[in-house]
Amino acid sequence: MPLSLDEVKRIAYLARIEISESEALRTQGQLNDIFGLIERMQAVDTSAVEPMTHAQGRALRLREDGVTESDQKSLFQSVAPQVEEGLYLVPKVIE
Amino acid sequence: MFNASLKEIAAALGARKISSVDLTEQFLDRIGRLNGDLNAFITVDRAKSLAQAREADARIARGDAAPLTGIPIAHKDIFCARGWLTSCGSKMLSNFVSPYDAHVIEQFNRAGAVILGKTNMDEFAMGSSNETSFYGPVKNPWDRAFVPGGSSGGSACAIAARLAPGATGTDTGGSIRQPAALSGITGLKPTYGRVSRYGMVAFASSLDQGGAMGKSAEDVALLLNVMAGFDARDSTSLERSPEDFAGALAQPWAGAAAEQPLAGLRIGVAREHFGAGLAADVAEAVRGALAEFERLGASRVDIELPRSELSVPAYYVIAPAEASSNLSRFDGVRYGYRAPEYRDLLDMYCKTRAQGFGAEVKRRILIGTYVLSHGYYDAYYLKAQRIRRLIAEDFARAFSRCDLIMGPTSPTVAFPLGSKVSDPVQMYLNDIYTIPPNLAGLPAMSLPCGFGAGNLPVGLHVVGDYFSEARMLKVAHHFQRATDWHLRAPKGI
Repeated sequence: MPLSLDEVKRIAYLARIEISESEALRTQGQLNDIFGLIERMQAVDTSAVEPMTHAQGRALRLREDGVTESDQKSLFQSVAPQVEEGLYLVPKVIE
Repeated sequence: MFNASLKEIAAALGARKISSVDLTEQFLDRIGRLNGDLNAFITVDRAKSLAQAREADARIARGDAAPLTGIPIAHKDIFCARGWLTSCGSKMLSNFVSPYDAHVIEQFNRAGAVILGKTNMDEFAMGSSNETSFYGPVKNPWDRAFVPGGSSGGSACAIAARLAPGATGTDTGGSIRQPAALSGITGLKPTYGRVSRYGMVAFASSLDQGGAMGKSAEDVALLLNVMAGFDARDSTSLERSPEDFAGALAQPWAGAAAEQPLAGLRIGVAREHFGAGLAADVAEAVRGALAEFERLGASRVDIELPRSELSVPAYYVIAPAEASSNLSRFDGVRYGYRAPEYRDLLDMYCKTRAQGFGAEVKRRILIGTYVLSHGYYDAYYLKAQRIRRLIAEDFARAFSRCDLIMGPTSPTVAFPLGSKVSDPVQMYLNDIYTIPPNLAGLPAMSLPCGFGAGNLPVGLHVVGDYFSEARMLKVAHHFQRATDWHLRAPKGI
């Protein structure tokens, strides 16, 4: 089931990646090649098989619900693109 | 010291024949001479490395040295190291100086090892040739017109070219073993959960595993001793008592005598690993290695891994799905690259991600976004997870009849730079032998076993059952005591 050009653009929008017309065209061909490979999965009947979600089949470990992090806000914000008075700056969202 | 083993280097440091400062300077000078051409390192920082080397020398003088104290180790640029650029081979993180250490880095720091630098890699570890790096491709030191493999290609190249005595890597679908094979070195991906993923930039979290790369199984064992261990900050880290992977390497297989040290070892050989698509030169070198194991006393058992051909399709659903989720964090707000111009918040996200990610990373995010989107989840993601179980079951059946599985690591020797980069499917099929152990979560390694076309190295793939790393390393060590493939170095190196 090949992807249409519009579908490629919609996926790019969902992934929040700007895509030009020429890139979308090139990507369409490559994605359809890759999905050709992926479709080989359909050759085997897996209806009776449980999905495997973890390599060791274990439940994830839980921790106590307590404060474990110290305040490192200024250290972590030192690598942010734009910060002011301890806040991350982004373009205005609400008028 | 460039060809010395970690044990020999440690002995020289302990006997004060060389200081850590001198040793580190020698490696840094060598990197300075050769890296311009090979491009194995993204970052070196002389002052930082030498400061650690001085601390190590003081520790050695106090008589307080651990096995790797004072030895410079190169780290794949996927591991966060405080104060070091941690780019993950991407423009997206090309300005990211990590404010914290990965667990793996903490472990090496605690051991007194020196950070020699950060090695080049495929962008976000997505690639099999090291050509997707924002910092340019790494060259194969055996022939600089060829790829070193990927994604841990910088670490593999650094070991092969003797720019570093040991290195770390990560492996999601073969990213330690395939470059180890193509660059003629030894590399091990441990059982999933052995090495903490804390501070290791995430690609596909249910598959990602850190591991070690070196000149020999013995070196890899010493590195793994430092890297492995429980870490509460990784929810999939395994709570197991510490193991010494290097301690029993020289002992024969249980019950065997010294002249046939691997007597009793049952090696599983799968027909599926020697079918169409395997190059004749690789097949010949691997068969030669199997014959050597038989001389050492091992016996061969024919096994079947009938579903292994489904591993590449299943992997290219699971890995991109998890990647699309993991990489959604790169939005230009909290860290990393932000596009210089944009209209509004949505436009900022879209432009930041369009400019910050390279073509292969975008392709995988798009695949992942699609297979997880409404209406397709069952047909792709759940289907792939069901196949994942079938593949794990194939291995479980095989390990009821054998101790280890051996075959080729990669279907061909290294390929020329630029030859596959425009054909993703051809590139993906490179990982046909390495992907199944990741899906099952099993430990697997590659070790040098000969040379093929163009005098390029061939790797032997060894897959073990869960937690059998010590046995795998022992078996590899006996092979390396009987052969000298791992001691060969590229010409002019």
